[in-house]
Amino acid sequence: MSEAMELSAAEIARRVNAGEVSAREVTDAALAQIDAVDDRLGAYLTRLHDLARVSAGRVDARIKAGEHLPLAGVPVAVKDNMCLAGTRTTCGSKMLEGWVAPYTATAVARLLDAGAVPVGKANMDEFAMGSSCENSALGKTCNPYDLGRVPGGSSGGSAAAVAAYEAAIGMGSDTGGSIREPAAFCNLVGFKPTYGRVSRYGLIAFASSLDQIGPLARSVEDAALAYDVMAGKDPMDSTSVDRPVEPAATALRSDLRGVRVGIVKQFGTQGLGPEIDSLYRRAYLDLEKLGATLVDVELPTAEYGLATYYLIAPAECSSNLARFDGVRYGLRVDGEDVGRMYERTRAEGFGPEVKRRILIGTYALSSGYYDAYYVKAQKARTMFGADFKRAFERCDLIASPAASSPAFAFDAKSDPYSMYMMDYYTIPISLAGLPALSVPCGYVLPEGSSRPMPMGLQLAAPLFGEAQLLAAANAYECATQHARQRRPEGAL
Amino acid sequence: MSSDNIDIRYVAKLARIELTDDEVERFGRQLGDLLEHVKTLHDLDTAAVPATAQVVESRNVARADAVGRCLEHETVMQMAPQRQGAFFRVPRIISEES
Amino acid sequence: MTQYEAVIGIECHVELKTKSKMFCACPNRFGGEPNAHVCPVCLALPGALPVANEEAILQVIRAGLAFGAEIPAFSKFDRKNYFYPDMPKDYQISQYDMPLAQGGVVRYWLDDGTTKECRLTRIHLEEDTGKSTHAGSGDGRIAHSSYSLVDFNRAGVPLMECVSEPDIRSAEEAVGFLDALKRTFVQLGVSDVKMEEGSLRCDANVSIRPVGSKDLGTKAEIKNMNSFRSVSRAIESEIARQIAVVAAGGRVVQETRGWDELAGTTHSMRSKEEAHDYRYFPDPDLVPIEVDRTVVERLRSLMADLPIARFERYRGSYGLGVAQATQLVDTPQLAEYFDSCVGAGGGGQQAANFVLGDLSRLANETQTPVWESSVAPQDLAELIGLVQSKTINSKIAKDLLLRMWNGGGSPKALVEHEGLAQTSDPGSVERFVDEVLAAHPKVVADYKAGKTNVMGFLVGQVMKQSRGKANPALAGELLAQKLG
Repeated sequence: MSEAMELSAAEIARRVNAGEVSAREVTDAALAQIDAVDDRLGAYLTRLHDLARVSAGRVDARIKAGEHLPLAGVPVAVKDNMCLAGTRTTCGSKMLEGWVAPYTATAVARLLDAGAVPVGKANMDEFAMGSSCENSALGKTCNPYDLGRVPGGSSGGSAAAVAAYEAAIGMGSDTGGSIREPAAFCNLVGFKPTYGRVSRYGLIAFASSLDQIGPLARSVEDAALAYDVMAGKDPMDSTSVDRPVEPAATALRSDLRGVRVGIVKQFGTQGLGPEIDSLYRRAYLDLEKLGATLVDVELPTAEYGLATYYLIAPAECSSNLARFDGVRYGLRVDGEDVGRMYERTRAEGFGPEVKRRILIGTYALSSGYYDAYYVKAQKARTMFGADFKRAFERCDLIASPAASSPAFAFDAKSDPYSMYMMDYYTIPISLAGLPALSVPCGYVLPEGSSRPMPMGLQLAAPLFGEAQLLAAANAYECATQHARQRRPEGAL
Repeated sequence: MSSDNIDIRYVAKLARIELTDDEVERFGRQLGDLLEHVKTLHDLDTAAVPATAQVVESRNVARADAVGRCLEHETVMQMAPQRQGAFFRVPRIISEES
Repeated sequence: MTQYEAVIGIECHVELKTKSKMFCACPNRFGGEPNAHVCPVCLALPGALPVANEEAILQVIRAGLAFGAEIPAFSKFDRKNYFYPDMPKDYQISQYDMPLAQGGVVRYWLDDGTTKECRLTRIHLEEDTGKSTHAGSGDGRIAHSSYSLVDFNRAGVPLMECVSEPDIRSAEEAVGFLDALKRTFVQLGVSDVKMEEGSLRCDANVSIRPVGSKDLGTKAEIKNMNSFRSVSRAIESEIARQIAVVAAGGRVVQETRGWDELAGTTHSMRSKEEAHDYRYFPDPDLVPIEVDRTVVERLRSLMADLPIARFERYRGSYGLGVAQATQLVDTPQLAEYFDSCVGAGGGGQQAANFVLGDLSRLANETQTPVWESSVAPQDLAELIGLVQSKTINSKIAKDLLLRMWNGGGSPKALVEHEGLAQTSDPGSVERFVDEVLAAHPKVVADYKAGKTNVMGFLVGQVMKQSRGKANPALAGELLAQKLG
């Protein structure tokens, strides 16, 4: 592997801007790494050799012309639910297997405009529904730390690509934990900004009121760099927030003095086994050592998180995914009339998890059940917001596990509900729209395995507290350096 | 809100997804299980709680009435699973909803 | 025998006249190459998001204010979920429980001049669908087609839905109601309201009940009416059908019925196979609308003289006939022209006669609208003043009007410059009278023999002799004296 691929995004950008290396050279190194490892790993659904080289050429020309680009030459993996004009954009579904997007998502465009180079479209759980990447209809992605295990999901391809040095930044999307959980599984920083901070225009919708784009990176600094570029109001997304973005990459901290970190009573770790429990206790102590004050806070609604989420997200998805009907684009399976055509197309085009969620969402919105399910969940959602607001009166950040276990083996979670439980810690935060990230916090040895697997510490902040959140995560990361202790040997 | 009587075939019809008998049985059971869990929400007293549709309370986001660019006609038509000239073609429509 | 009355409610969809579509920047334009005015948003490509058109929202508020509707402080968009090939997202962005306008009353008039009222339930904003053409059958009808062709140019055009209360009692009233909507929307500039082009589409809910009953009967929803005339015919035919059903001991069933223009009857439409469950929920891609009270007040204050107010003023203050008043109101620019003329002193009835008579004829002949002609309304008022003061007679007035149309200018100046003022001086008129009597001894003899109807001829000769300037009344008087 070329040394360049182990560089951070910040360092790549610095060198390209300084003319020490060209974007084209970095890109070639990234493409070589992809070609070397990805047949085994399966992080990408589409490798973008040609587009990457053309983009790199453009970046080099802009650098030559005297421009300074914050992500100059940084290879990025784009999750395959984000449109990139001229590239196949599949959402991990047979429904869109051959669909070429004719336009580019705002967040992707902002990253590319800042000098990033798209090297591939990354695998994902179909329509971002899943926590293991196993729901992709188009490919299997392995965890670079153990090829027998899942990379997490739904942004599993982006996570695997960044962990295996096939990109420096991964673009992910998070609805109930889809950035944070794969980041935890792949020893990365995965950051979900406040809902509305990053434009969703061009992000293929799963649940509109929860979906949020964010970066996966090998360091907090890189995540902050990417966030600074993609955040901000977009006139094409009515729900994107019109509020100045506080730059995060230049405000990173090395200590936590004066920061009150809330430990949520309902997010206890005793139930996760002694090894995991002690790992998180140590992580909280590390926060304290950096100067933070730990305070106990309550989140009385926490146990209703999954119930609330599994009404709201499917309800929205049942409507969002109606457009996949075989009329204008994507898969069509013919039928003798248009109704049969719809039913066959959707039966063939959607995988079982997507069907389950469409069905549950359709049911939750249907006449007679709307108030009992959907409205009830919307009200519960209000309570989540209020609970967090109350908690944040006593603390500045909340710390918890990012996932309830390390990456599990393929086919280990055959029952949908046990898969849903993976997101126990991330979902309440998503329901409240809060910014949160996962930062590596050590390793545990899964049962019956000799390979230690990474774990993630979730930190969450009040709405729009991105800069403070990233600053604190940087302090923890610099002091602990967990990610550096192991390399993704499985992939290298 | 009883979950045992979820009419999975009716819901699938609304969602326009053809299900096999096996899927009807499997999804019916799985959705029943999920709804059992979802029912715990009823323990939550939400009588005085307003519903949240969006966490960030923006209002009046609108655009000025100005014309912008359309997609190229050929770009559009190349996506079509079936086209006839400048039109998208679909099998016959039997529902008269419009 | 029981007498029945009809109870009718109207639902109509009006395409708004904005520059761009409801939720994207594609042009809102009728016709054109199929699938040429589409973008990721209105084609519902994966990932595309809607952003509401501010002008469309304001137009609906103005439409509501025109009928005295309440404009709630809070409004939102909802998704109406159902599958149809010409609806790209397979849900329609509409408004469910919080429309932009609620209530209001449409006042309208009938051909005999009586005015009526119909309450509005609500007006809300939504998006139009694309258009399907049913092919593979000879007759273009859906039931016989083997496939359909879809054009999405219309998809996403802003559509205003107006729903009335069941206050309408006849086909004539239904047309009166629709006419009132049309006039009002045209005047507000929010729509072209052309049924033939599809910018106005309407359905009617029709039921019957025994006269005197307060209960509502079972209604049928009538669709496929594509002109005001077909609305009228369809409703009449449906009322007759329902009365016949009941008279024969049957019961009206709740259903959707299509109007068949050729057959002149409504027919039961295949009841939909699919269950109706639209699963409305607030659209999470759009944010709520809070309508600022100051905006509402500003829009209300800008509300021009609305058609019904005009109509009543024209009838009440100027005594215009129903036809004349309607004709003026139907063309807002013409009504404004008329108002300016009356405001400048041109008396109501005379102004209406000129505007709808000579001026409209000239407008037709020259393909120039009256309000764009060189006859300023003030000049017309001046002309009317000259006639009223008997400075000129009506024949001269017509000649002058033609000259004003062709070259413009003040009629007073023309009269003075060309000496066209009517002569009411008895001395000079008497001279013309004497000349005429001398030139027509035979006619004089006839008159004296009792043929008094030759008087008209003699007056005409005096007018001719005076080149139109003699006061015809004075001429008649003098002739009578001399012959008497």
